[in-house]
Amino acid sequence: MEYKPIRKVVSGNYAAAYAAKHARVEVVAAYPITPQTSIIEKIAEFIANGEVENLQYVAVESEHSAMAACIGASAAGARAFTATSAQGLALMHEMLHWASGARLPIVMVNVNRAMAPPWSVWDDQTDSLAQRDTGWMQFYAENNQEVYDGVLMSFKVAETVNLPAMVVESAFILSHTYDIVEMIPQELVDEFLPPRKPLYTLTDFDKPFSVGALGTPADYYEFRYKIEKAMEEAREVIRKVGKEFGEMFGRDYSQMIELYRTDDADFVFMGMGSLMGTVKQAVDVLREEGYKVGAAKVRWFRPFPKDELYELAKNVKGIAVLDRNFSFGQEGILFNEAKGVLYNTDAHPIMKNYIVGLGGRDFTVNDVKKIADNMKAIIEKGELDVEVDWYHLKR
Amino acid sequence: MNTLFGEKKEGATKIVLKSVDEYPEAPITLGTTLINFTGDWRTFIPVVDDNKCVKCYICWKFCPEPAIYIREDGYVGIDYDYCKGCGICANECPTNAITMEKEEK
Ligand code: SF4
Ligand code: SF4
Repeated sequence: MEYKPIRKVVSGNYAAAYAAKHARVEVVAAYPITPQTSIIEKIAEFIANGEVENLQYVAVESEHSAMAACIGASAAGARAFTATSAQGLALMHEMLHWASGARLPIVMVNVNRAMAPPWSVWDDQTDSLAQRDTGWMQFYAENNQEVYDGVLMSFKVAETVNLPAMVVESAFILSHTYDIVEMIPQELVDEFLPPRKPLYTLTDFDKPFSVGALGTPADYYEFRYKIEKAMEEAREVIRKVGKEFGEMFGRDYSQMIELYRTDDADFVFMGMGSLMGTVKQAVDVLREEGYKVGAAKVRWFRPFPKDELYELAKNVKGIAVLDRNFSFGQEGILFNEAKGVLYNTDAHPIMKNYIVGLGGRDFTVNDVKKIADNMKAIIEKGELDVEVDWYHLKR
Repeated sequence: MNTLFGEKKEGATKIVLKSVDEYPEAPITLGTTLINFTGDWRTFIPVVDDNKCVKCYICWKFCPEPAIYIREDGYVGIDYDYCKGCGICANECPTNAITMEKEEK
């Protein structure tokens, strides 16, 4: 079948809901939380309108239960989906370990929102990055199209390596902002994403077994290692699935870090999610003005794209890491990870951390230009002014 | 693979896996429940009255240990090697067919 995209003007949240529908999810268990709510409302609408078959919606009383229900459904062999945001994701934390530990390929959309207090509903990546060590893969979407594509690819990757995956989009900047999204006809989605083949299924009554029985010190360790092996395998699977997606639908995701005009760049801006759209635009402006700059958008934060980062770092003099998140007592989380990766390599560009956009603070092309000037001066001088720059701080 | 799915307890032995490759991909039971006799934890034991039992198997579903089994005549039996005396079965039984009695050791 020839691929003719169906163009719809949708919000990031509706893009997520359509992707779940097109992935033919069988169980959705979710609890409403701003700004995620319209994802699950849309899914409820699909069910109410009879637009989906074989989709069970489980109304639960909290996010902890939402994930628990997804775990049960996924263990029984179903393709399970949920969505949440900030405090809701935090409440799910315990269950996130359960999903990855039991090796269940659940896919969740998390709408990045700042953690309270002060109470906030705006964009900030600290909620999802705080789940870094739960064994979930994490994909950061730049725009609504990437939310849609990300959900479809995540299911495929997750079901190949048997680990859960999170697709992350920005509060309001994507979740409630409408944009054209090219959707894929159902038959072609089915071709790309065939029905799930579970690793085990609880409903196989001829082979009873228990999930999550006691693991003594004699066995626990090996299961942790197996998760890490699956994460390592996921890097290759992600590249392969991303390439296949590109060949089928014209948008290539084979690179875990998307490089934008980095070829001859002196220094690059690195970051994740929607702010990288602004950065790419700024790179175009700066290039016109003679700056040799590029952008490196980290698509997958877990597994972390070590090889891609090394290749990039070898060829630039500096990396400005833009973190819309913060780990208190240390620094921006992406910055921390990126420095750690490069320490034992021969690639040591000057790296500076800019803390930007926390709690939805506006981050514009002009800001990127100011950061470019600062980076340029640092590189010329050969030393950092400060390592971690609270860029917007009212001084 | 019988390292994953235990048979009956007569054959139950502790399975020692020597290399990481022998482990199943997911932590589904390695027979730990089978060899771990939880029956010596208890103070009270459930006693089933077949005259009151209506074979609904709610107790069988709720028992957190592999302690309740379905006998050939369809009534439920308790495997006291595994029953830890929690009393969930007695609490859940809709006909009060199960009573918890102090165990004489
Ligand atoms: S007392 Fe507890 S362990 Fe024993 S049979 Fe009843 S539910 Fe099972
Ligand atoms: S719950 Fe009570 S009635 Fe039902 S099977 Fe068990 S003992 Fe019988």
